[in-house]
Amino acid sequence: MSVLQFSGLLFGTSLLAGFLGSLTGLGGGVVIVPVLALFFKVDIRYAIGASLVSVIATSSGAAVAYVREGLSNVRIGMFLEVATTVGACFGAYLAAKVSNHWIAIVFGVVLLYSAFASFRQRAKGVPEAAKVENALATRLELTGVYPDPQGGESYTAQRVPLGFGIMFGAGTLSGLLGIGSGAVKVLAMDQAMKLPFKVSTTTSNFMIGVTAAASAGIYLSRGYIDPLIAMPVMLGVLGGSLLGTHVLVKTTVTTLKKVFAVVVVILGCEMIYNGVTGGIR
Amino acid sequence: MNSLTDQDLDVSVAMVLRVGVTLAAAVSTLGGALLGTHLLGPLPDYTHFQPGDPGLRSVAGTLQGAINLTPKSVIQLGLLLLIATPVARVAVCVFGFARQRNGLYVAVSTIVLSILVLSFMRSSF
Repeated sequence: MSVLQFSGLLFGTSLLAGFLGSLTGLGGGVVIVPVLALFFKVDIRYAIGASLVSVIATSSGAAVAYVREGLSNVRIGMFLEVATTVGACFGAYLAAKVSNHWIAIVFGVVLLYSAFASFRQRAKGVPEAAKVENALATRLELTGVYPDPQGGESYTAQRVPLGFGIMFGAGTLSGLLGIGSGAVKVLAMDQAMKLPFKVSTTTSNFMIGVTAAASAGIYLSRGYIDPLIAMPVMLGVLGGSLLGTHVLVKTTVTTLKKVFAVVVVILGCEMIYNGVTGGIR
Repeated sequence: MNSLTDQDLDVSVAMVLRVGVTLAAAVSTLGGALLGTHLLGPLPDYTHFQPGDPGLRSVAGTLQGAINLTPKSVIQLGLLLLIATPVARVAVCVFGFARQRNGLYVAVSTIVLSILVLSFMRSSF
């Protein structure tokens, strides 16, 4: 295979992954590593390097659309980024210590969780639990106003230490696997800290790029970021996800989401299987 | 003039991100085009990881190569610009919080910025 054929195939695959990932809300980066490792037979270290770069591109590229909604919370995001960036450095450190088959197994588990989490009930507006006073959150200014036609509803973060701890874990997974780990970030904000669902997803999108940037330098110095792999993947995922945010096919999204979730589950099982049997080493 | 709302801050942040991503995509595409006839050459072996060219594994090496228009270095420069984009975003937030006179969040965003810069300095400058 020539460089051009390989890049073309990678670009096309990444375009599709980015498009489906943004339409379904699962994120395109999450399928890049298994597809590269299982179908393109690329060493998992090159795959996580390319994926990490593409994650920064989609997070930054989608930000303009999210800002218009005015839902992301810049203070909550910044505060939690302290945890995710430290976690990401730790995860990138671990990536060099852990063998490829363990990375594949952990990756498989994260894929299964992401597919499962994408079907969680998403409550509208501000949940009752976020209307309770919280001294620590108030002191750290982890509060906000959720815009609605009546002029906005205030919310306050709950269980701050728990959320901060889960965010450290999300950062570690991001640095270890080269993914955005958006599903875990949303878990920390939506489930642990009781923030409104849409505030959690949009703030998570902002945080993903900063978290990924924390391990990118370490990946670069180790040679995980190979220009010939990372470029077509980055351009493909970026183009696909921008396309996804512009196309509004509301009716088919639920079906598409189910199909994509099944694909993610299959890839997750495949990663675990290959990790256990030594297909990925 | 001091009243910079959270929404204003969000908008300037989004601008930084958009410019960064566009620039990164343009530079790495240029690098890809510079590959020229190399594009028709055989693919390196990617089935087993090797650390590869040290010149592509540091910021200084990448800049050096990009100045000489080495195709892979120009692509890598584009990727570095992309990686720098969220870092610039955090830097913008430091200034934004300073204009809001929010000392606590000037400190928080400075911590995040330091972690990002330190992680890079230690590994790849």
